[in-house]
Amino acid sequence: MMKHWTLLTLGVVYLATLPLISQDSNSSAKPPVKPRVTVSANRNESPDGNGERKFQQNCSRCHQAPEGFPPRISGTIVRHMRVRASLSAQDERDILRFLNP
Amino acid sequence: MGQTCKTFFCTSSRVITSLALVVGSLAAAHTAIAQDTPLISGGVGFFTITNGGRTTYIPVLAPVLAAPLGPRLLVESRATILDSFSPKRGGQSGYTSNSFLGLSYLQLDYLANPHATVVAGEFLTPFGTYNERLSPIWIGNFVDAPLTFGLGTMGTGSSVGGMLRGSAVSTENVSLDYAAYYSAASTNEQFNAERATGGRVEMYLPQKRFELGASYGRVLQGRHSNFVGMHLWWQPAESPLKFRAEYAHGEHSSGYWMEADYRLSHFGGTESPIGRLEPVFRWQQVFRASPDSTDGLPSADTNRVDFGLDYHLPHEVRINTSYSRQLSSSGNRNVWQTGIVYRFLFPTWKGK
Repeated sequence: MMKHWTLLTLGVVYLATLPLISQDSNSSAKPPVKPRVTVSANRNESPDGNGERKFQQNCSRCHQAPEGFPPRISGTIVRHMRVRASLSAQDERDILRFLNP
Repeated sequence: MGQTCKTFFCTSSRVITSLALVVGSLAAAHTAIAQDTPLISGGVGFFTITNGGRTTYIPVLAPVLAAPLGPRLLVESRATILDSFSPKRGGQSGYTSNSFLGLSYLQLDYLANPHATVVAGEFLTPFGTYNERLSPIWIGNFVDAPLTFGLGTMGTGSSVGGMLRGSAVSTENVSLDYAAYYSAASTNEQFNAERATGGRVEMYLPQKRFELGASYGRVLQGRHSNFVGMHLWWQPAESPLKFRAEYAHGEHSSGYWMEADYRLSHFGGTESPIGRLEPVFRWQQVFRASPDSTDGLPSADTNRVDFGLDYHLPHEVRINTSYSRQLSSSGNRNVWQTGIVYRFLFPTWKGK
């Protein structure tokens, strides 16, 4: 019984650390294709229409959408634009969910 | 012993489980903050301006830094580094050059609540729309700013002090935004600003893509003059047309500009050879009430029309071209402008 719990716990620890492990292996292995957020490609993947609509209604008024960017800066981009474009917190969340469905 | 052993294993199991939860939380936090990696963005470009027969060549680098500090803080900055080269006058050979390196803004943002952000540091003066929205070289449709840019932007376009801004109301039908600031006087070379106060309010109808706003600014030094402004933006839904207009009034001058651009995306989409074209048109008028050498506007009443043609190349490269005819009692002139801009955006360090 104890062995079962220990294995289960170790399994949880492994799963929890998997993102960290995979990050290290990714950075050293140089994967051939890096994940990038492509706004046009994600439009159909949005779980609801709010994020896409708010992106079109706010961001596209001033500038073209970037052709693509790494997912790990998507939060920084949206927070930057929340301040620049006076977006509400809800708008920020919806647009971030649209960029990272 | 068996009971002790059992307790030990139970304790160990609880410790490992707690450890797993902590590691799991850290991993979850890592995942949460994995989208908040600091970034470097901006544009690099090369422009030529031929004004009244005299050509100036301007290579420009305008980097932007955005670095989140925890869930509520953000450090932002934009710098401009440029050199301008012009042929020497009087038949002399060679070029004269001027270098410029300056910060447009360096600010700390605190997201106080869902509707308010507190800004401290050097920030772009919130008057009208051009300064905050269209001044980046990778966004503006024309190489140069509107003639009325100097009205309400307090000389440098930047203020040093504090600002409160945000979205007061945001629904599907209407959005009300605001910005209010106070700036101290600063003669520092990198943080040059006038003692001033002001703000802007705007109403945006998202479904109509229609925005109407008003701005106010007051210089609290010297002559203590006031500036007022209005702006209107309209971008019809399902149409690549954009229309923008601003009016600004100061003590010694006033003026307006109207700009329309139309991306030819109906011809095969935005990535087709024709769909990458974007004709642009701008009409400007300046009315001089009394002389003022400090507001940056023409010294006499001026009319100007700008015809532009931008081309959006792949990989974030854009070419800007325009011809302008300026009519004024101080002399008519032609202005030709060209530019090529590359917009970059990448994380500050490598990672997943």
